[in-house]
Amino acid sequence: MKDFPEDSVGLVVPQTIHFDQPLTLASGRTLPHYDLVVETYGQLNAQASNAILICHALSGHHHAAGYHTEEDKKPGWWDSAIGPGKAIDTNRFFVVSLNNLGGCHGSSGPNTLNPETGQPYGPDFPIVTVADWVQSQAGLADHLGIEQWAAVVGGSLGGMQALQWSIDFPERLRHCVIIAAAPKLSTQNIAFNEVARQAISKDPQFHQGHYYAQGSVPKTGLMLARMVGHITYLSEDGMREKFGRELRSGKLSFDFNPQFEIETYLQYQGERFSATFDANTYLLMTKALDYFDPAADYDNNLALALKQVQCDFFVASFTTDWRFSPERSREIVDALIEAGKKVTYTEIQAAHGHDAFLIPIPRYMEVFSAYMNRIADTLEKHDAR
Amino acid sequence: MRADLEIIRDWIRPGSRVIDLGCGEGELLEHLVNEKQVQGYGIEINADNITACIEKGVNVIEKDIDEGLCGIRSNSFDTVVMSHALQTMHRPDQIVEEMLRIGKECIVTFPNFAHWRARFYLAFRGRMPVSKFLSYTWYNTPNIHFFTFKDFEELCVERNIYIVDRTVVDHEHKHRWWIRLWPNMLGEIAIYRITR
Repeated sequence: MKDFPEDSVGLVVPQTIHFDQPLTLASGRTLPHYDLVVETYGQLNAQASNAILICHALSGHHHAAGYHTEEDKKPGWWDSAIGPGKAIDTNRFFVVSLNNLGGCHGSSGPNTLNPETGQPYGPDFPIVTVADWVQSQAGLADHLGIEQWAAVVGGSLGGMQALQWSIDFPERLRHCVIIAAAPKLSTQNIAFNEVARQAISKDPQFHQGHYYAQGSVPKTGLMLARMVGHITYLSEDGMREKFGRELRSGKLSFDFNPQFEIETYLQYQGERFSATFDANTYLLMTKALDYFDPAADYDNNLALALKQVQCDFFVASFTTDWRFSPERSREIVDALIEAGKKVTYTEIQAAHGHDAFLIPIPRYMEVFSAYMNRIADTLEKHDAR
Repeated sequence: MRADLEIIRDWIRPGSRVIDLGCGEGELLEHLVNEKQVQGYGIEINADNITACIEKGVNVIEKDIDEGLCGIRSNSFDTVVMSHALQTMHRPDQIVEEMLRIGKECIVTFPNFAHWRARFYLAFRGRMPVSKFLSYTWYNTPNIHFFTFKDFEELCVERNIYIVDRTVVDHEHKHRWWIRLWPNMLGEIAIYRITR
């Protein structure tokens, strides 16, 4: 058997959990039943008090850590933070990671079969919101026998789910970890999302979302959407540092083929993404982002929305992130201070832009570990009593 | 606990809302939260201090105070503390204004540059004072504004700031009876309680 790194959770097997309880969505529509694909790492303790929920970002899924097969070249998307001795220490915590509703990695979504019709949902899959996801995740917690999470943790769109958890189920989490997120999208954020959606829906292969039946894939549109998205995930400095104006062949070729390294890189990223991601899911995820605005129900006053939260907060941002800049995280922090809630905030020096939340930057891992270890210390002390 | 922090601690009411600007390793806040049930926040910029606060479970916000406190609402704290940091600020006067804006009452401590030892150092050696408390040389000191008790009190008069309380101590943060005879000459550290 292959040796995985010592700080890896090793081989993991996803499981599909079926839910028969109908889920009423923010749109007013109902999902009569649905599946969630889940991975877990570590052991749930006897008191079920050491569970951590990982919420994924736009293109994420349930496979956050470890490997599916011995041949896997890459581990899960947040393997840098989840594992034995890592920031989210699987020797101490029971970690739950899922693919959200509307996703394309096994949970009910546009590319899964609608039991009513026997056909893929396609564009008929209802628009889901961050609050809907949180509802479904609460159902998952019930299923796993977890009354209260030790922490709900997420970066980017995942951080938004964590924030929504604290508002919708204040008594069901003790800590909320919000990394590189925002209390709502800016106009500019929505604008970028719309470019991505247009790229997909205007692709001739899109067929109004019914491309499965046509045996086609709106690959060009999905690629473009990802390329635009990817630009917003990197910082200008980071891009310059990594690619500069390097030419692939060393000289200008005077044609319209990709010549600069950055062009090749974006095409490669788009290509790879379009082979593994579903276009309808991409549309859904960007809508969930656009709609997220927990303060909207509270007179647009975030501090008021946070009045009833009970958990402690850890908020982190990255200096060169311009998608969800440090100012956006500070809006959350300022509202928490105003509401009199417990909050710790760090601003990590990093050149990687928004992507930094996935990268094990030493200072980031130091503060993240310090916070998570304190959670573990407190609950182990409490349980020993 | 550092003796000046003990004095500050005694000035803070149980259950009040406190923000400590430049909270260091969070010693004061940890005590206030545990013993006086205050709702406490610390602002800090030093990485090791921030980590130490997180390990203690103290609410710490990473922020450069020189950039102002604009995200914090006016009058949202009962007490704003700034201990041994005012002399490191680019514009101490503006920070004091900001403190008075967000808090009902402020506690400020700073070293007295008019202490006899500093005067002696500059007068006879002709060099910028280096002491146990001001232990930096002129080119690497974080203390960029040197001022005296008299200077600070003049600022308070100019800006209509009311001094509720003043305690002057030596470098060990101890009260000595003789300091009271000539505080601006004999006191090394002042602890002011101000309001508007």
